[in-house]
Amino acid sequence: MSRMPPGPPPPPAVQRLRIRFAKRGRLRFTSHRDFQRAFERALRRAAVPMAYSAGFSPHPKISYVGAAPTGTASEAEYLEMAVTERLDPAAVRADLDAALPTGLDLLEIVEALGGSLPERIEASLWELRLPGVPTATLAGAVSRFLAATDITVERRLKDGRRQLDARAPVLHAGVIEDRNCAILRMVVRHVTPAVRPDDVLVGLRQVANLTPPVPPLVTRLAQGLLADGDPATDQLADPLAFDRGCPSERAPAADGTLVASDGASVEDAVGVSAATHG
Amino acid sequence: MTVESLFPRLEPLLPRVSKPIQYVGGELNAQVKAWDGAGGRPMVRWCLHYPDAYEVGLPNQGVQILYELLNETPDVLAERAYAVWPDLERLMREHGVPLFTVDAHRPVRAFDVLGVSFATELGYTNFLTTLDLAGIPLDSADRGDDDPLVLAGGHAAFNPEPVADFLDAAVLGDGEQAVLAITEVVRGWKDEGRPGGRDEALLRLAASGAVYVPRFYDVDYLPDGRIRRVLPNRAGVPYRVVKHTVMDLDAWPYPKRPLVPLAETVHERYSVEIFRGCTRGCRFCQAGMITRPVRERSVTAIGEMVATGVESSGFSEVGLLSLSSADHSEIGLIAKGLADRYEGTNTALSLPSTRVDAFNVELAGELSRNGRRSGLTFAPEGGSERIRKVINKMVTEEDLIRTVTTAYSAGWRQVKLYFMCGLPTETDEDVLAIAGLAKEVIRAGRRVTGRSDIRCTVSIGGFVPKPHTPFQWAGQLDALTTDARLALLREAIGRDRAIGFRYHDGQPGVVEGLLSRGDRRVGAVIRRVWADGGRFDGWSEHFSYSRWADACEQAFTGTPLSLDWYTTRERVLSEVLPWDHLDSGLDKDWLWQDWQDSLTGGEVEDCRWQPCYDCGVCPGMGTEIQVGPTGRTLLPLSPT
Repeated sequence: MSRMPPGPPPPPAVQRLRIRFAKRGRLRFTSHRDFQRAFERALRRAAVPMAYSAGFSPHPKISYVGAAPTGTASEAEYLEMAVTERLDPAAVRADLDAALPTGLDLLEIVEALGGSLPERIEASLWELRLPGVPTATLAGAVSRFLAATDITVERRLKDGRRQLDARAPVLHAGVIEDRNCAILRMVVRHVTPAVRPDDVLVGLRQVANLTPPVPPLVTRLAQGLLADGDPATDQLADPLAFDRGCPSERAPAADGTLVASDGASVEDAVGVSAATHG
Repeated sequence: MTVESLFPRLEPLLPRVSKPIQYVGGELNAQVKAWDGAGGRPMVRWCLHYPDAYEVGLPNQGVQILYELLNETPDVLAERAYAVWPDLERLMREHGVPLFTVDAHRPVRAFDVLGVSFATELGYTNFLTTLDLAGIPLDSADRGDDDPLVLAGGHAAFNPEPVADFLDAAVLGDGEQAVLAITEVVRGWKDEGRPGGRDEALLRLAASGAVYVPRFYDVDYLPDGRIRRVLPNRAGVPYRVVKHTVMDLDAWPYPKRPLVPLAETVHERYSVEIFRGCTRGCRFCQAGMITRPVRERSVTAIGEMVATGVESSGFSEVGLLSLSSADHSEIGLIAKGLADRYEGTNTALSLPSTRVDAFNVELAGELSRNGRRSGLTFAPEGGSERIRKVINKMVTEEDLIRTVTTAYSAGWRQVKLYFMCGLPTETDEDVLAIAGLAKEVIRAGRRVTGRSDIRCTVSIGGFVPKPHTPFQWAGQLDALTTDARLALLREAIGRDRAIGFRYHDGQPGVVEGLLSRGDRRVGAVIRRVWADGGRFDGWSEHFSYSRWADACEQAFTGTPLSLDWYTTRERVLSEVLPWDHLDSGLDKDWLWQDWQDSLTGGEVEDCRWQPCYDCGVCPGMGTEIQVGPTGRTLLPLSPT
């Protein structure tokens, strides 16, 4: 028998907003659940008129799209939420960003004009900074990784170990020369179970004995749909472009550039490129 | 002087530990002040430490209150440190990273004062880990002028003797005014160029009456192991150290801006203490005894604190805390006012009260107007009427049945009942009576609701005699007998699926008993347990009874002392108790008389409503009970 609380049902949602946010610096150690709690509290502090589910323990209507793992930074996390009053996204943006802790930063907020946000996201562009690893070493390891057809890695989960192929979802990988450390950029398709940057690092260790002296700094730079017919690029279609009203836009990387920081393009720098799998 | 952040050295270790977010700080309302002050006066720097995991320590009210208060004070900074889990401890030792604060990741050893909050004695081993990881010598006697003054506070500080070797000083009672007084003594001493080193700093603190400094007291023992006497060994040090009592809670409205963690913690809510102290006179309850007299916060002060607290935190739950919240003289007004104010805002209100009466059910109903009525908790504490008289918990079976039937008919589906096992004079029959009570609760509940889906959960733990209570002389029930009694109870409850049964084994209680009523000689046991790897003793997955039992064997070889000597032995009136020189305000003769009355079934009324029963606190400490009604009403605030 289901019981419902007394009183009127919660006010209905009248508008949906889509948000891109970043997880930066020491706050990259927040888990997805940590972020959810922090975000819901920020909504309360910013007095955003959230739509709630009905029932005895109402929850704000927020859907999160594939969260970056605990410990990895991100410049491209997405969520969609429903509100009970029509709002100007620009006004919400300032209040909400101020209510979030520094390091959980709101990058963009747009009104949802339709379609499904999760369907506009099929891959991630990752950046892995590996201090103490020579660029040539990394480039060699990446070549061997890409040359393999199947790299089975094991991941420890709460309910035991699980084997997965770390190679197939990696659609593109390139190494960038940088003054301070070697940088790997790669596009990884979202599959189930997910292949994370950590799994790729395990794969690099397996095929090329790559063992970074300190844990690499991992950042998700972008998420979106793969560019049509061009597997040798790390560009992804911006999932908010449609809602912004400019559907053809590309997702820029965090620093606004898609080339290596010393000016060389990804492929020129190390001469490796991935073939699309599947 | 500058102090570098340890974060760059900590950061590479964090991906390798569980829940790294607990070590990074950055909580909403956290503060990072400059290490050096702007004024000409020396800064006084406090590191506040809670010796348990972050998830338990972060919500602690005591730490949050002092953190905010100290940081508000000019030329004072306060940061926080919590116990690190063994995975990070191992990495920190491997990489030579010392213990850090979570605010600015400054090294704990760089602070002037390390203030440790002991809510429970089971944090003592973690406290040693903290000292060791910070690079502070374990023994007070070995510390130099570059080490912080190590201070203990919290309820366990009312008998700090088991950790006396490791402490420089202990603060008894309310911390708000005490930390400010300590700050000024330390500042004066620093300003004069630290004359006489840390010994002089401690002497000044002791002479001011702000703290108890164990090293200034000598303890002599009798050949049978008992204490002969405790005497000061320095001029100017008081014979007895008196607890601190804040007399106007409205003047200390903290926390105003509560810390909001990113990590998940045990309490995710804004908590406001609606009064301090308790006068119900439950003889087992140390908190009720040492926090007298009752001092209420006014309805308007509570209303303002809740408004700013919720607004500055974004918390969706408000807890109205105290030792017996339904006893506030204006609780009805508070509950209704807050329920009105937050109606329709998805803000939950909670009142942790376990009073066994219909008014309590009414209050719970008011606070959950539109929410789910899942469970209510009541604490009869003892199964039989006889044992409830012994502990001065004046609840009849009729009261309980009437209360739970009120709860079930008001829509609550589950009732939790709290009990203790091992109370003085207790027999198997007293505990078995709990089973009968639970079955009667279910019968009555089914009768009034006509439903079969109601539940009752019995939750029972072992009683631990505590200092400064009438039961401070009592022999504690040994672990084997406790477990046997609990097994009998489980059998008596049987397989009735409407009745749940939750219990705690006897062994952790025995160790808590050792640490609660121990003297300075127990320090050697704590040290051994810690050296043997003892950590997080409050967590069942880390607690090891044999580790403690073995350490007692070794430490007490060739002495009249033993684990039993400290726990199951009943004391006599003439025995000098390890905490007799620490003044909680309670008259020892009154405590003894109450202990004797308990054995003959004598009852004590609540002095909040009845005439004074002469416990000694008010006249001895110049305090008085402060209760309403104030006649004021809650501000008609509109929530944002």
